[in-house]
Amino acid sequence: MKKRFLSIILTVGVMAMAVTGCGGNSSSADKGNGDGTSAAGNSELTGTITLAGSTSMEKLCEAMSESFMSEYPGITVTAEYTGSGAGLESLAAGSVDIGNASRHLKDDETAGGAVENVVAIDGIAVITNKENKVKDISKEDLAKVYSGDIDNWSKLEGKDEAIVVIGREAGSGTRDGFEELLDVKDKCKYAQELDSTGAVLAKVASTPGAIGYVSLDVVDDSVSALTVDGAEASEENILSGSYILSRPFVMATKGEIDKQSDLVKTWFDYVKSDAGKDVISKVGLIIPE
Amino acid sequence: MKRKAVIEKIALIILMICAVLSIFAVCSITVYMFMKGTPALSKVGVHKLLFGTVWKPTAESASYGILYIILSSIVGTGMTLLIGVPVGLMTAVFLSEIAGKRIAAVLSSAVELLAAIPSVIYGLIGMMVLNPWMYKLEKIIFSNSKEHQFTGGANMLSAIIVLAIMILPTVISVSVSSLKGVTASLRSASLALGATEIQTIFKVVIPAAKSGILTGVVLGIGRALGEAVAINMVAGGSVNIPLPFNSVRTLTTQIVSEMGYANGLHRQVLFTVGLVLYIFIMIVNYILLRARKKGVENE
Repeated sequence: MKKRFLSIILTVGVMAMAVTGCGGNSSSADKGNGDGTSAAGNSELTGTITLAGSTSMEKLCEAMSESFMSEYPGITVTAEYTGSGAGLESLAAGSVDIGNASRHLKDDETAGGAVENVVAIDGIAVITNKENKVKDISKEDLAKVYSGDIDNWSKLEGKDEAIVVIGREAGSGTRDGFEELLDVKDKCKYAQELDSTGAVLAKVASTPGAIGYVSLDVVDDSVSALTVDGAEASEENILSGSYILSRPFVMATKGEIDKQSDLVKTWFDYVKSDAGKDVISKVGLIIPE
Repeated sequence: MKRKAVIEKIALIILMICAVLSIFAVCSITVYMFMKGTPALSKVGVHKLLFGTVWKPTAESASYGILYIILSSIVGTGMTLLIGVPVGLMTAVFLSEIAGKRIAAVLSSAVELLAAIPSVIYGLIGMMVLNPWMYKLEKIIFSNSKEHQFTGGANMLSAIIVLAIMILPTVISVSVSSLKGVTASLRSASLALGATEIQTIFKVVIPAAKSGILTGVVLGIGRALGEAVAINMVAGGSVNIPLPFNSVRTLTTQIVSEMGYANGLHRQVLFTVGLVLYIFIMIVNYILLRARKKGVENE
């Protein structure tokens, strides 16, 4: 008995560790609920909405479903994080209601009936130490810096200083997105792999010659953000498409949203409501126009 | 009379329950670690996992080689001992044999304070003070190197220095008590035979206190091997060959940094990493047990 009890404690402990990454979400969910307009009359809808797909969207989905479920207690939202491709396959097979993808849908996927609903946009900023004189970098050069082909700022018209390549740990959504956008997936040669956004900011701020990437919303004046291909990392540039380090978070459905079940329609209504938008901005994402 | 007997009985039962609880804790942790850590071994393959050198858990064709991570832990701990043990032992000798009462009092309270500082503070100072120094040193040493990847000072050497300071209190306090335990007659005999004070310390007292000192060293190994927070902050965290100026990842930091977002097989492999660490700690404790037993036999 005791053995079991202890292993339960252990399990709970490990699970607690597992969810710490999403720790920031609970507050945003609470906030989202507070901002919700309709408090009564939500209880008549019951059922389950199933989502599957991109691991990068875990933070968003967890926060959104938590907030959604407290608004609609009768509805259960279950999300699995199997990867964008796998999620869309599940959608095509009809085993889930919504397929999550952290990229635009491919032609063969839309041909299969999947409809792209962009719910949020993820922007990634490239940051350098304050002392660094380099202000702009091209997409190609950035990829070369991260794959180790360019190792000195002098090759980028900066001063003679080694580039200290800083990134996130394997499994991080930001790393996943960054490597995907630059097409350097698993080719990166990191000098430091840090396990939080804050650590990346602190290291870049304290190390001359460092370069790192973080979510757009956390950039502060302890570091300088590079312009990529001449475009400044800002919401406007991401929405207009001139800043390339961004990717859509898609919740794909089979057929248009208005052809979906009431449950799924309610979900998308909520995502697009003020409360939903609040959740999106709380997890550091940009709301699509 | 009867009441007394009942109280005795109850007290015995409470003591027993407490003792049993800790045994069950150890047993269930062991069982849990083996249950969670072994599946990945068979899924990835023992050889590929333990002796693979490529750690790319999220790649299309994922690779889960943790050899460099294991080596970083072993080499890091070994180097830590190389620095920490001599310094710790000499401090202990000074404390117990040479220092006057007042200096000894100041020194031993400083050592106690060193032991009480939380590891995150060590990490913080390492990150803010040691890493920038290391980066300067790195720039000088590798100024002409083409292959070296600059790490910004977050490297294994930083981790070793931080760890060496962290194991000092353990080594010192255990060594001091064993040095003090050496009987005065041994010292007197040595001095009477014409040996100098230093000769007496190194040829008589230290050998006599050997097993106690060894215990301190083994406890130091345990601390160095199990430390996570401080290393995570100073060692850089990329999986590399454990060379002094390379950014490295140890068994502990591997789990700490990737558990948050890992899933599927990646997650299971992290449990295997935990199992490997656990086995290392078990080996260290076994050695400790042997060392203590031997110490008892010698006395």
